[in-house]
Amino acid sequence: MNPGEAENCREDMEIDGNGPEMPAQRHVDIMPDGFNANYLKAYYGKVFPHSDIFKWMCYGHDGKHPGCDPTYLSRREFSFTLDNDIYLRFQSYTSAYELESSIKEKCPFKIDIGPVYSVNPAKRHAYAQTGDNVFTPVERELIFDIDITDYDDVRFCCSGADICLDCWPLMTVAIKVIDTALRDDFGFIHILWAYSGRRGVHCWVCDAKARRLSNEQRASIADYFRVYKGNENSNKKVSLVGPVLHPFLARSYTDVLRDFFEGKMLLSQNILSTEEKYEKILDMIPDESVAAELRGKWQEMRKAYGSKDDINVVRWEQLKSLLCSAKLKHIQGLRRCIEEIIFSFTYPRLDMEVSKHMNHLLKAPFCVHPKTGRVCVPIDPNNCEEFDPTAVPTLSQLLQELNMSGSRADMDDELDRTSLGRAVRYFRSSFLQPLLRSCKEEIESAYNSRLQQSKNNLSW
Amino acid sequence: MQSLGTRRVYHQNDAVSTLPLYRSAPPLEVRLEDFEAFAVDRLRVLKAISDGLSRGKKPEEMEKLVEELWKTHMKQPKLSEAGNKDVISHFVLRLVYCRTEDLRKWFLSMETMLFRYRFKLQSPEAQRALMADLDLPYKAVNTAEFESVKDKVSQVARSIVQPPPTEDAKFYKVPFEEVPELVASRRVYIHQGNAYVAMNQVVSLVVTQFRSFLSKALILTNRKWTSSIKEQEKDRLTPIVEELSTSYLGPDYSQPRESAEISLKDIDHLAKSSFPLCMRHLYEKLKEDHHLKHGGRMQLGLFLKGVGLNLDDALAFWRAEFSQKVGAERFDKEYAYNIRHNYGREGKRTDYTPFSCQKVISSTPGVGDHHGCPFRHFSEENLRAALGRMGVGNRGMDDIIDKVRNRHYQVACTLTFEAVHGSTCDAGINHPNQYFIDSQKVLQSKLLEYMSIKDAEETIILLANISNCEPAHHVKQKNF
Ligand code: SF4
Ligand SMILES: [Zn+2]
Repeated sequence: MNPGEAENCREDMEIDGNGPEMPAQRHVDIMPDGFNANYLKAYYGKVFPHSDIFKWMCYGHDGKHPGCDPTYLSRREFSFTLDNDIYLRFQSYTSAYELESSIKEKCPFKIDIGPVYSVNPAKRHAYAQTGDNVFTPVERELIFDIDITDYDDVRFCCSGADICLDCWPLMTVAIKVIDTALRDDFGFIHILWAYSGRRGVHCWVCDAKARRLSNEQRASIADYFRVYKGNENSNKKVSLVGPVLHPFLARSYTDVLRDFFEGKMLLSQNILSTEEKYEKILDMIPDESVAAELRGKWQEMRKAYGSKDDINVVRWEQLKSLLCSAKLKHIQGLRRCIEEIIFSFTYPRLDMEVSKHMNHLLKAPFCVHPKTGRVCVPIDPNNCEEFDPTAVPTLSQLLQELNMSGSRADMDDELDRTSLGRAVRYFRSSFLQPLLRSCKEEIESAYNSRLQQSKNNLSW
Repeated sequence: MQSLGTRRVYHQNDAVSTLPLYRSAPPLEVRLEDFEAFAVDRLRVLKAISDGLSRGKKPEEMEKLVEELWKTHMKQPKLSEAGNKDVISHFVLRLVYCRTEDLRKWFLSMETMLFRYRFKLQSPEAQRALMADLDLPYKAVNTAEFESVKDKVSQVARSIVQPPPTEDAKFYKVPFEEVPELVASRRVYIHQGNAYVAMNQVVSLVVTQFRSFLSKALILTNRKWTSSIKEQEKDRLTPIVEELSTSYLGPDYSQPRESAEISLKDIDHLAKSSFPLCMRHLYEKLKEDHHLKHGGRMQLGLFLKGVGLNLDDALAFWRAEFSQKVGAERFDKEYAYNIRHNYGREGKRTDYTPFSCQKVISSTPGVGDHHGCPFRHFSEENLRAALGRMGVGNRGMDDIIDKVRNRHYQVACTLTFEAVHGSTCDAGINHPNQYFIDSQKVLQSKLLEYMSIKDAEETIILLANISNCEPAHHVKQKNF
C-alpha cells in the first residue's frame, strides 16, 4: 500500500454511488448517456487501444532484439478497480494477449499503472519468503497530477469536481508551464499529457532517465516546481523572495502567467468585481495603507461607475500603477506583490506527493471515468488551448458511433469509426513511436557495449 | 559514481587536505582501548549533529557547531594522530552501524552532514584537491559556453541574493540529477538537463558523491561482517559489537517527527522497550484481535506517526493486522482512508498531531474500546497485571497504585517509566511521544556509558583487516 492510493480511494468511492443500470433491450439510437458495465465491456472489446498500451509498457522490451529484457513487462504493476468494488493490486502480465484478455475478462472500471518492480509483483510473496527484501520499485515514469479542485479558492465559476470552460484554462496554463520546463530545463522529450476524465490532467514523463530517477531526485523536481509556501491561515500563499525571479519562474511569468491573468482570468473570473473578491487581493498587499488607498478608490468607484471599460481591468490597472508608483518606492515588496498575486491565481498547483515517490499509482490513459463516462484522452501540449473537456468522447457516444456504422463491414479498424480515432492516432504518432524509437536505440547500444565488453574479456 | 577511486586502491590523503574520503581503512594498528574510545568520541559528534538538526539549526549555525564539536572531541596533540583518530573512529562506527537498515541510514546521514560542513571549512585549494581525489567527471564550463549562459546564471545568483559571478568564475556543468538539493531550492540554472553549479556550490556535488560512495560501502561492510568478520573476530570484536547492538536500539529518536524514521520490523521491539502503557496496551490488543476500534486506531496511529513511522509503513502495518480479520480488500476500502487521513493525505489534508496525555486521559472509551489511559481507565486489578507485565516490581507497584488512587495518572506513568528504565525522569510524563523519546534517550546513554567504561584491553587490532571494504576495489578485482 502506498500514498498513491489517496486518489484511487477518492475515485473508488465515487464508484459507489454509481448504480449500474441494465437496460434489457434498447434501440441503438437512444443509448442513454453515462456509464455502465455493459458499455464498458463493449469499449474494452472494440475500442480500447490494448496493443498501444502494451507497446508503451514494454518500452521496447518486446522480445524482438537479443538485448531485450524478457521480464520487463512482467515486473510492472497494474491494478484494477472492478465494478463490484473490488480492488486488485499487483496484477502483472507477460504478454499482450494476457494483458488484453485480463482487461476484457475483468472489465475494470479503472486501470492504474504502478512502477516496475525488481521482481514480478504478483509473485512478491514468494520472494519475500527467501528472506531477502528484494521487492522494491526500480523504474517508474515521472508523473504529475494536477486537479482543479485544488484551485477552488481562485475560481468562482465552479467548485469541487465541476469544471467549465471558464476555469479549465487554468489546466491549460499548468500544462504549458510544466511542459516547457520539463523539456527546456530538464531536457525530457517523451512526455504524455492526459485528461483525467473529470477534473484534471495527468502527466507521464517516460524518458529512460526519468523512469530511473530516485525518490530524492523526483522530490527535487517537484520542489523546483513549487512556489506555494503558505497554509490555509495565511493570506499570502505564494512567497517570492530575492530581488529577481529564477529564470524558470521569470519565463513562466512573462510567457504564460501574466498574459493569462490579465487577458483572460481577470475577466472570466471577475476577480475584482465585488468587494468580497477584491478584499482577497487587497489582503495580499503587504502595506496596509496602500491597501486602504485602493479600497477607498474602489468603494467610491462602485457608486459612480458608469464607464464602459470592464471594472476588473480598471481596478487592476489602478492597483498596478499604485504599486509601481515612484512615491511608494520605499515600501519593500510592493512591486513583487503584483507577481505574487498573479502567481497565486495562475501558477500550477501540483499534487506533490504523487510526483515524489516511485510507488505511486496513476490511472492509465484511455480509461473511462466512471462518473462522467469520458475517456482519459491524451492532450497535445502544443495545442492545449484547443482541448475542450466538455467535448471529450463519452462511452455512450463511442458505442453509438460504433453501432451506427456497424453495418459497414469494410471498415477493419473499429477505432477509426469513432471519435476516439484521432486521440489514438495522436498517441501513436506524437508519443509512442518516437518513444519506442529511442527505446530501441538504447537497447541496441546497451547490447553492443555488453557485447564489446565480453569480447574484451575473452581476449584477456 | 563508478569512477570513484578506480585508480588508487589505497588512497593516501593529499597533504593539503585534512578531510579524508574514507575510501579504505589505512593499515594502522589500533589498540582495543583506542578502538572504543575513538568511536565514542566520534559518536558524540554525530549525536550532537543529529540533535542540532532536530532543533532546526540553520546551515550557518550547523557549520559553527560542527567546527566546535570537531575541536572538542576529535582533536589530538599531533596532526597525524588526529588524522588517524578520524579515520579509525569512522571505520569502527562503520562496522557498528553497518548491521541494520536503520543504523545504516542514520550513520549515513550524520556522516554525510559531518562531511558537508567539514568540506566547507576547507580552503579552496583543499576543496579542489578533494574534488580531484573524488575523480568527479565534470569539467569546468569553458569561456565560450559560459558567455552563453552568463545572463541566466547571474539571474539565478541574484534570485538567491548572491553576488553575480565574476568574469573568471568557475562553473561546473553537471546532470541535474547529481545536485538534487540545488534543484529543489532553485539555486542553479538548469538547461536541457544540465545544472550549472558555481564553485561555492560544489559542496553539494561532492556530498552527493560522498554519500553514494558511503552508502555502498556500508552495504559491503555489512556483507563482510556477516560473511567473515563476525566469525574471525568472534573472540575479540564480535562480542563488543554484538553487545553494542543489544543495548543500542538504533538511530537517535530525539527528533520527534519527520526527521527520524522507524521501520516496520522495529515496532515490535520498540513497543516492548519504549512504548508507554497506553500505547503498549493498544499495540498488544491489535496483535491479539487484529482489530481496533476508531478511537484506538487514532490514538495508536498518530502516536506511531509521531514516533517516525512513515505513511507507507503505517499502511503496511495496519493492513498486516486488519487483513487477518477483515481481509485485505475490506481494509483497503474501509480503513486505509482513515490512516492516510491521519497523515493528512485525505480529505482536508491537515496534519493530525499525536494526542497528549491530557487528551488521552480525558477521552471516554466505550464498550469494545481499548484506547485511553490505563492508569485512569483500567480497574486496579487489570492495571497491576499490566504493570507486572511491563516489569514493574512489587515495591514500585504500590507507589504507582497509590498515585492512581489519588488520580495523579501522569505521575503514576512517570513512576512507571522510572521503575522500568531504572533512571529518573525529572520532567515528568506529559505526552506519550515524549515518554517514547525519553525512553530512547535513556537506552542510548546506557550504550554510551557501556562504551566508555569498557575496560581497556591490551589487544592490538589491525583495523584494515576488519573494515576495508571499498566498492571500487571489488569491481577492480573482478576484472582481473
Ligand atoms: S500518562 Fe500519558 S503516557 Fe502515560 S499511560 Fe497515560 S496517556 Fe499514556
Ligand atoms: Zn468553472
